[in-house]
Amino acid sequence: MFHNVFTQEQIEAAVLCLKTEIPFAIWETVYITVLATLLACVIGLPLGVLLVAGEKDGVRPLPANVLHLLNGFINLLRSVPFLILMIMVFPLSRLLIGTAVGTKATIVPLVVAAFPYVARLVEGDLRELDPNIIEAAQSMGASPWQIVSKVMVPECVPSLLNSFTIALTTILGYSAMSGIIGGGGLGKIAINYGYYRYQYLIMYAAVILLVILVQIFQSAGTKMAAKADKRLR
Amino acid sequence: MIEIRNLSKTFISGGLAVDALHDVNIRIEKGSIFGIIGQSGAGKSTLVRCINMLERPTSGDVYVDGQNLGNLSAAGLRAARRQIAMIFQQFNLLMQRDCLGNVCFPMELAGLPKARAVKKAKELLALVDLPDKAEAYPAQLSGGQKQRVAIARALATDPKVLLCDEATSALDPGTTLQILRLIRDINETLGITVVVITHQMSVVEEICDSVAILDGGRVVEQGPASVVLASPRSDAGKRLVFPGFTDRRVSLSDRDRRLRIIFRESSATSLPLVATMAREKGIIATVLEANTRRLSGDVYGTTLIGLQEADLYEAAKFLTSFENVSVEEVTDDVS
Ligand SMILES: Nc1ncnc2c1ncn2[C@@H]1O[C@H](COP(=O)(O)OP(=O)(O)OP(=O)(O)O)[C@@H](O)[C@H]1O
Ligand SMILES: [Mg+2]
Repeated sequence: MFHNVFTQEQIEAAVLCLKTEIPFAIWETVYITVLATLLACVIGLPLGVLLVAGEKDGVRPLPANVLHLLNGFINLLRSVPFLILMIMVFPLSRLLIGTAVGTKATIVPLVVAAFPYVARLVEGDLRELDPNIIEAAQSMGASPWQIVSKVMVPECVPSLLNSFTIALTTILGYSAMSGIIGGGGLGKIAINYGYYRYQYLIMYAAVILLVILVQIFQSAGTKMAAKADKRLR
Repeated sequence: MIEIRNLSKTFISGGLAVDALHDVNIRIEKGSIFGIIGQSGAGKSTLVRCINMLERPTSGDVYVDGQNLGNLSAAGLRAARRQIAMIFQQFNLLMQRDCLGNVCFPMELAGLPKARAVKKAKELLALVDLPDKAEAYPAQLSGGQKQRVAIARALATDPKVLLCDEATSALDPGTTLQILRLIRDINETLGITVVVITHQMSVVEEICDSVAILDGGRVVEQGPASVVLASPRSDAGKRLVFPGFTDRRVSLSDRDRRLRIIFRESSATSLPLVATMAREKGIIATVLEANTRRLSGDVYGTTLIGLQEADLYEAAKFLTSFENVSVEEVTDDVS
């Protein structure tokens, strides 16, 4: 099936596509990914904080069943395959966006899939913090909220930035799948041309662009995290 | 200033009850430097953490400045804790804030306006001799400098009490001495009551007025440092005050006995006691070990001698005839 990748016809089609469709697809992918990551972090960060602070020995223990419920809910969402989740959240998408298909509508399943993931990443980061530092803050009369907002989160900023970067690159990968429900972007191009029209060259071009995007996001995130970390000076 | 009454703390871990503290009673006078010393696992950290209720006592009360901390609401306790600062072995500075930010931190918690906090933080950094480190991050500082920043931070809310949990245990001897002097200066100039937790006798010798010896969760001895350190009565006290006096290992023939001579004053330390005893009483003794120590400016000393059983009584009588000298026989049970 690959013998006709580099025919004159294929190359011309690919160049045309690169000029006309791909720039907008890149923009769509970046915009969907960044927006979904932001929203996932906005929901996931407080949940991650709650998971750590609300523990039995945490700074603000929650009732045990509330914590169980939260953990169960996160595990549940984490265990649904994204392909199925996309379809499961149709009602929610209609409620929030007014439609279940299209580029904008793909943000909903992306956020729903990513925020539990972010919550777990944040949980892991916060657990890494030296408990003695929290205790020192308590000895100074810090309230639970002050410990969260002035100690736990600020002290974990470098590792949180790393986690958000991981979330971003993961969401980028998921966003490529959302071509199935009519989401735009590089994923859609790869599927439409590669899978439906056998124009493999365009599919490869789209995939290479996705790889490059991941590389850019990842190295930018790593740099930012390193720059933010005052322990490495 | 601090009164600990019938304090007990039992940890339940893995279904097993650990008696970390047992009926502890301690009174700490306002403005004093009080040492709590004991071997690892004696319960020192647990005790100091009970003083600011980081650890809730299983039973008993803690009064600080007349206030029973166990009866306070969460908000009341937070307010009380601003009066009870604490420094730690591992410094526990915020690694993502610079020194100025660290010193400002407790004032921020207390809701002080930023400008006033910064001004005060700068004064405090100058007080601990680090005026040029305001913008440095903890990772850029040495251990001694970190502890100075921690001390500045501890003083930010004008506390009445400073708790030090092994504050110098991670530092080298020279730096330890500097930090201890800083703590003593703070105690003298600001009148802050200081509680020093340590397993190092040298720390108590250097700065403490009073001391309690903790062993297996119990206070086995307490009193003025000069008295306790010069002649400890408890076994734990003897182990701490005379380390290396592993008397068992000093080889003497079976019939020989050991006497510990304790000098309670600098004038006594300079007496040539062993030589005088030989000349005047004809009693020949071997010096097994001797040392002198400084306690709050005064010099104290101990000498361990070995002599024949027949001479024991006579020697003890002769030695105690000197002023500020006391003796005790050392038997194998002290190690
Ligand atoms: N959270 C806890 N759970 C269970 N047991 C504990 C806990 N904290 C302390 N203990 C036990 O209480 C006893 C006293 O511990 P503590 O830390 O107060 O000793 P310490 O005198 O400070 O020792 P060190 O000099 O090693 O710091 C120990 O036997 C310890 O195992
Ligand atoms: Mg300890």
